[in-house]
Amino acid sequence: MSDALLEIEDYSGAFVGETGELTPVLHGVSYRLKTGMMTAVVGESGSGKSLVALSILGIQPPAFERSSGRMLFRGSDLLELDERAMQGIRGAEISMVFQDARAALNPVFTVGRQLADVWQLQHGGSRRAAMTQAIEALRRVSIPEPERRALQYPHQFSGGMAQRAMIAMASLICEPSLLILDEPTTGLDVTIQSDIMELIVELSRTRGLTTCLITHDLGVVAETCQEVVVMNAGRVVETGSAEAIFTRPSDGYTQRLLSASQLVEAA
Amino acid sequence: MPPLGKMILRRLLWVFPVAFGVVTMTFFMARVLNGDPTELYAPPEATDALRAEIRARLGLADPLPIQFLHYLRDLLHFDLGISFTTGQSVAADLWDRLPATLELGFVGLAIGIAAGIPLGVLAAVHRERWPDFVVRGTTLSGMALPQFWVGLVLISIFFVDLRWLPGPVGRLPIGIALPPKVTGFLLVDTLLAGRPDLWWLAAKQIALPALTLGFSSAAPIARVTRSAMAEALQSDYVRTAIAMGHGKRVVWFRYSLRNALLPVVTLIGGVAGHIFAGAVLLESIFAWPGLGQYALQAIERSDFAALQGFVIYASLLYVIAFLLVDLLYMFIDPRIRT
Repeated sequence: MSDALLEIEDYSGAFVGETGELTPVLHGVSYRLKTGMMTAVVGESGSGKSLVALSILGIQPPAFERSSGRMLFRGSDLLELDERAMQGIRGAEISMVFQDARAALNPVFTVGRQLADVWQLQHGGSRRAAMTQAIEALRRVSIPEPERRALQYPHQFSGGMAQRAMIAMASLICEPSLLILDEPTTGLDVTIQSDIMELIVELSRTRGLTTCLITHDLGVVAETCQEVVVMNAGRVVETGSAEAIFTRPSDGYTQRLLSASQLVEAA
Repeated sequence: MPPLGKMILRRLLWVFPVAFGVVTMTFFMARVLNGDPTELYAPPEATDALRAEIRARLGLADPLPIQFLHYLRDLLHFDLGISFTTGQSVAADLWDRLPATLELGFVGLAIGIAAGIPLGVLAAVHRERWPDFVVRGTTLSGMALPQFWVGLVLISIFFVDLRWLPGPVGRLPIGIALPPKVTGFLLVDTLLAGRPDLWWLAAKQIALPALTLGFSSAAPIARVTRSAMAEALQSDYVRTAIAMGHGKRVVWFRYSLRNALLPVVTLIGGVAGHIFAGAVLLESIFAWPGLGQYALQAIERSDFAALQGFVIYASLLYVIAFLLVDLLYMFIDPRIRT
C-alpha cells in the first residue's frame, strides 16, 4: 500500500461527436492524492482538470469516452465498479463540491430538505432527526440562523451562503474520506472567497479529510495546499510539493502560469 | 415579498379585466362577422316596417355602444339572450350541456396526464434508445392525426370490428333513462342513485371519446415532459444529487420530475382549456350532448346568441384554466412564491 488514497494512472479519453468522430481531450493523466493532504490541481479552463475529477465519481459528461487508465481508490479500481457499487462510493467515500453552488442545489426544495435527504440516504434514521443534522451542519459552516435558513430555497441564499451549504452537504452530511472541490470559490467576491477557503481548510484539518482542490487560482493554492498537480491541454505537466512548484518550477508552462499570476498580484 | 394569500388574491383580481376584454372582443367581433340577425327572425316577405320593429325589439336599433352597455347589463344578470334554435335562454342551454362536456373532459384529460407524464419520463431517462424512439413516434402521430379521425378509427376498431365497446350514441345507450340529476356527471350520479349497472353502461359509452381525447392530449404532454425532464437530468442539481450518492429512482422522480413539471403544467392548462371548451367535432362524432355539439349547431343555424354565449363560456374556461395553472405554479415553484 502506498500513502496515496487515490491514484490516477494513465487516464486518457476523448469526446465523441454527433457523427462519432473523436476529439481527444485527456492524454495519459496520472497523479496521486496523498492521504490526509490537500492537493491542488491547477491549470487553465479547458485543461481537463474538472473532467478528471468528475470521472473519479463517474459523473463525467456522457459524451466522454475513456480509452485507457485506472483510478485506484484504496487500491481498487473505481473505473471497474458497476453502477451500484459506484453509488455506494458516492457521498459515503468520495463527495464533491461544485463551482456554482446555487445552480448545484435543487431550486424547488429547501436547502434543509436537500441536506436532510442526503443524511437519511447516508445514515438512515427519521426525517426529523435528519433535519436536525442538516441544521447542525449549517450551523457548523457558520450559516447564521440555521433553523430559519434550512427552510429557505437556494435562490434565497447568496452565492457564498449557498457554497457553505454545499460544503456542509459534501463534507459534514456525507462523511467522506475524499473531498473534491471543483473551483469552489470561482465567481464569489474576493472576501467571500477567502472565508470559504478558510472554512475548507479548517474542515479538512479537523476531520482528517483528503482534499483535492481544483482551481486556476494559484494564490489560493500557495496558501492552502501541500501538493500541486499542474495540468495543461489534457496532460499533467508537473507534480510536486507546493513549495517545490512555487520556488523551482521545472516545466515551462508552470513557470508561465506562475509569472502570470504574480503579474496580476503585483498590479 | 408578498405573502402567498396576497399573491393569489392579486392574481384572482386579474380575472376581471381579462374577462371584460374577452366579452368586449366577442361582442364586437360577433357584430362584425354575423351581419344582421334580424334576417333570422323576419319572414322573407316582411316589410321594412316589420324589420325595423324586429330590430328595435332585439335592441339592434340602438347605436352600438348602447347595445354593448345593454349586453353588459344583461351579462351581469347571467342573461346571455335567447337561443333562436332551442327557444330557451342561452345560459340555461349552456348550463344543461356543461356537465357532459366537463365529464368527458375530465376523463379524457386524466387519461392524457396519466399516460403522457410517465411516457415522457420513460423517454427522457432512455434518451436516444428504443423507448425514446417509440414514445416520440407515437406522440408525433398523436399530434399529427386529427382528433376526429382518431375517434373514427377507434370506433371502427372497438365498436365495428371487435364489438368490445358500444357505438357512438351519446352518454348512455339509446332508450336508457338518465339517473336523477345531482352533479350532472353520469359516472357520479349513477352511483349516487345506487345503480352500478348504469355506471358500467355510462363508463362504456364514455370510453371511446375519452380515449380519443386522452390520446391527443397525452401526445403533447409526453413530448413536453420528455424535453423538460431531459433538461433537468442534465442540470447541475441532478449532478449534485448523483454525486451525493442518490439512486436513479430518487434522482428521476424526486430531484428531476418536480422541476420538469413546470412547463408541463403550463401545457396542461392549455390542453385543458382546449378540451373543456368543447371538442366540437369529437362531440358530434360521438353524439355527445355537450357544448361542442351545441356550438356546432349554433354555427350551422346562425344562432347568434347561442354562439356568442358559447364563445364567452369557452374563453372564460381558458381564463380559469390558466388561473389554476398560475396557482399551481406558485405551489410547485418556490421562486415564484417567495
